[in-house]
Amino acid sequence: MAKITYITKAGEEIQLEANSGSLMELAVKHKVAGIDGDCGGVCSCATCHVHVAPAFYQKLEAPTEIESDMLEFDDNVTEYSRLCCQIPISEAIDGITVNVAN
Amino acid sequence: MSASNFSDAFKDTREAKGTCPFNDQNDPVTMLLRFKDVRKTAHNTKGFSSAAKPGRIVVPSEVNIRDTRQIPFEVDPPEHTEYRALVEDWFKRPLDPDYENKLTQIVEAEIERVLQKGSIEAISELSLPIQSKALTLLLNIPLTEAQTWISWGTHVFRSEDSDLDADKASILYDYIDAEIDKVIAVPNDSLYSVLLNSEYQGRKMTKEEVKGVLILTFAGGRDTVINYLTNTIAYLAEHPEAIEKLHNNPTLVNTAIEEFVRYFSPLTHMGRVVKEEKEISGHVAKEDTRVSLCWASANRDESVFENPNEIILDRKMNPHVAFGFGAHKCLGATHARQLMKVFLRVFTEKVSTVEIMDAAENIEDWGAHKRKVGFNELTIKLNAK
Repeated sequence: MAKITYITKAGEEIQLEANSGSLMELAVKHKVAGIDGDCGGVCSCATCHVHVAPAFYQKLEAPTEIESDMLEFDDNVTEYSRLCCQIPISEAIDGITVNVAN
Repeated sequence: MSASNFSDAFKDTREAKGTCPFNDQNDPVTMLLRFKDVRKTAHNTKGFSSAAKPGRIVVPSEVNIRDTRQIPFEVDPPEHTEYRALVEDWFKRPLDPDYENKLTQIVEAEIERVLQKGSIEAISELSLPIQSKALTLLLNIPLTEAQTWISWGTHVFRSEDSDLDADKASILYDYIDAEIDKVIAVPNDSLYSVLLNSEYQGRKMTKEEVKGVLILTFAGGRDTVINYLTNTIAYLAEHPEAIEKLHNNPTLVNTAIEEFVRYFSPLTHMGRVVKEEKEISGHVAKEDTRVSLCWASANRDESVFENPNEIILDRKMNPHVAFGFGAHKCLGATHARQLMKVFLRVFTEKVSTVEIMDAAENIEDWGAHKRKVGFNELTIKLNAK
């Protein structure tokens, strides 16, 4: 089981636990504001953009070219930007914090 | 050639040149065919404007048949941003469980109705009724209103021999005018009323602005949804194994709808008017000329999609632009996606096989390129489970 913290643009902290799926799916299920996941996770809509806490960013597998290209055109991009549909939930990310970007 | 095969009409030109000209009513358009060019140009709302004369960014141009500006579609940021914010929440209603349930009831009733019949013509007897009845939910008006739209037939914005027919178009515009007047007299909880009560830049939206949103809602979601549904039926007819796969694996529906919409790309392209001269794949886009963002071509770009001409129901990475890209991405996409999901769920639950009896393809003519976008007629027989 991995603990995940989402911080919305309004500053609300939402702590959730899960052991499968993606960070996007978990956020949509719990209606985390700013994570829409319109395309269901196929990397077509960029409505699940988050900033990953720096300490965790390096632990994640690097984004694919498709994901990076999507982020290139989104608002509020930082070096810690990710589309969270591309971050699978596992023990490896236990304790991760992400800030919703938009 | 099979009915559900939609070839990549732009492949050779996309790879060799990246752009191609299309002569549209003496206002030529350069079609941008490469995925990267399409996304980059769609993103650049400052250099490539949507706020030209009403109808000009549509290809074929509608400047001769329409004066009303479609909103927020034909507006640039920052005005676009405010208009879009006014309607965004309303167009997310399809995510509500109650909306999804009502949509499911509509699709169930329509499929059960045609299962009672022998063979049917899928566009007029299934896709159009489903599209029209689903639209009543998006507008939040009585289901019975759909009968009027169904009675217009499939060619409400086009006549049999012309893409642009002012008489046909006026049927819709006159209808919307009359409906707005009715709702001004007797307010209700429909999209009409919500818009009439909305404030833009500190003042009430005008009738003309309300009309602009409604024309967009009607026109943007008619042929596109009808083609999507009909083309999907053709695919399921020729891939009976997919019916069982989709029925037995509900999560597959999520990736399948994105893949169908990529492959079919119901809207071939959308134009922009150049504001700042720019070179794109060798084409010098001069100020006040038109370019178009060819979603259909971008969605088959081999540099982005593996096996782009195959429908892969569980395609994991699918950054398609079938709903457009950037600030102007399709406002109705949430409704469309919900309808696509519900349709696949209900169809694969009730139908075992589909037989195609007769098919007439709808081929668009883009000068040097002929693109199949759907069917003019698709006669099928549905077999119940």
